[in-house]
Amino acid sequence: MFSNYSLITLSKKSFLSFFLALFIGLGFFTASAQDHVDHSATEEHAAEATHGSEDTGHGEGLMEKFNPGAMITEHITDGHGWHLWGEGHDAVSIPLPVIVYNPEKGMDMFMSSNFHHGHDTYNGYAIKNNSIVAVNEQGSVPVHEATINEQLTASIYDISITKNVVSLFISLILMFYIFTSVAKAYTRREGQAPKGLQSLIEPLIIFVRDDIAKSSIGGKKYLKFLPYLLTVFFFIWINNLLGLVPIFPGGANLTGSISITMTLALITFLITTFNGNAHYWRHIFAMPGVPAWVLILLTPIEILGVFLRPFVLMIRLFANITAGHIIALSFFSLIFIFGEMSTGAGIGVSVFTIAFTVFMTCLELLVAFLQAYVFTLLSAIYIGAAVEEHDHDTHGHDAHVEEALIV
Amino acid sequence: MELVKPAFGLVFWMTVSFLIIMFLLKKFAWPVILKALDEREQSIAEALNSARKAKEEMASLKSDNEKLLQEARNQRDLILKEARDAKDSIINEAKGKATVEADRLRRIAREEIQNEKLAAITELKNQVANLSIEIAEKVIRQQLSTDDKQKALVNDLLKDVKMN
Repeated sequence: MFSNYSLITLSKKSFLSFFLALFIGLGFFTASAQDHVDHSATEEHAAEATHGSEDTGHGEGLMEKFNPGAMITEHITDGHGWHLWGEGHDAVSIPLPVIVYNPEKGMDMFMSSNFHHGHDTYNGYAIKNNSIVAVNEQGSVPVHEATINEQLTASIYDISITKNVVSLFISLILMFYIFTSVAKAYTRREGQAPKGLQSLIEPLIIFVRDDIAKSSIGGKKYLKFLPYLLTVFFFIWINNLLGLVPIFPGGANLTGSISITMTLALITFLITTFNGNAHYWRHIFAMPGVPAWVLILLTPIEILGVFLRPFVLMIRLFANITAGHIIALSFFSLIFIFGEMSTGAGIGVSVFTIAFTVFMTCLELLVAFLQAYVFTLLSAIYIGAAVEEHDHDTHGHDAHVEEALIV
Repeated sequence: MELVKPAFGLVFWMTVSFLIIMFLLKKFAWPVILKALDEREQSIAEALNSARKAKEEMASLKSDNEKLLQEARNQRDLILKEARDAKDSIINEAKGKATVEADRLRRIAREEIQNEKLAAITELKNQVANLSIEIAEKVIRQQLSTDDKQKALVNDLLKDVKMN
């Protein structure tokens, strides 16, 4: 009976992991494809820049050819300003504070509008490929006249309030508002049926508590980790949803940013590591009931697994969300690619594009929830494995096989 | 490559602000919400439990009532039976007593009658004796009224004596 049960869960898990692998694969593929396009785009830009330096003002007047790679990259990566609309000098964007520390000059703080959309240097800094670099020239000079100070660039710490950071703050303020008001509703309407926001959030909290925390972390231990799991679940979910909103407060690709997913995965990793009991570590370094010669093979795999799990958590969320954004943007790019051929073709394609984007957005709504769920569930399972008390050793092996499959 | 390279600034802000929000929510939101949910679940469980208990109590009350009613009925029957018995015994007793009394009265009457009878008989005997004497006197007087008759009598008596 036991083996039967584990077989079912095994097949279910492997099914899940197959899909996850597919997603990750897709994410990597698109990412690397993007990378390629990105490279060519920057090269093109560089070429243009050098061209422009020879006779200034010539390049600006030309109608720039639509570059989907650059457009998509701009949308899914971070930026030092929040681009709203327009291109080049007509671009309208919300300037954001740049905060840079460098060992020579100390802390520096100014608005990103000083860079004039990356065309000029300011205060010894310039933007190159979306990141802050140190230049030798002080004051404001055109970027192509400036020379980059490579040594100084390597040692600067850029803690600017970028687009993603603003989006992060907005989402956190939103979260704080939502959950404190829900909490208030519980105290104000004590003993009454939930209402409004409360009834939207309540089933999700119960879902996280019962189906994620309670089922993955045994005993009463789940209570200790529940605040983290709830926070991480709602953080990912809310940010996934905000990422789907194309206009200002949303639209930043926050949960599709490797920095964010890395931080979240790292927190899960630290919680797992610091709460791991003796049993957990014994299973990693010397699996009981396994012959010594197998251990030679198994222990390195297990140790690798410890790091692989948070790594996969990081990649999965990042790849899924980024892939969703790239797909939506690619479809919109089609309109402009065809529009460059003829206006009619652009309009014609737009019908299909919009239809497909609506479909994709519906799918992304599902993915937004699913990824929040998967991240939280896997975090809970890893934590559960780390704090699990084993009374019977017969089950140990089965459980272990499942754990390995989850990775 | 920028896409998959973590940015120091973002990681920095994310770490700081995520920890802050987790701390804030852990302090102000999660305990309140989770406690309220627990309490509500408990109160629902309790309400269901007490409803079930009330139902059970009602059933037991009903059966209790039935039992009481049955007992009352039994009691009534018993009392009625006892009353009937008491009535019968009282009647029987009365009957017995009446018989005894009647017997006694009859006996006394009989004795009295006997006595009266005896007295009457005695008186009658005396009367008869008196009458007999008077008759005898009268008869003798008549028989001895003349000399001839006296001589006949003496002859008669002497005749008897001679025979002896």
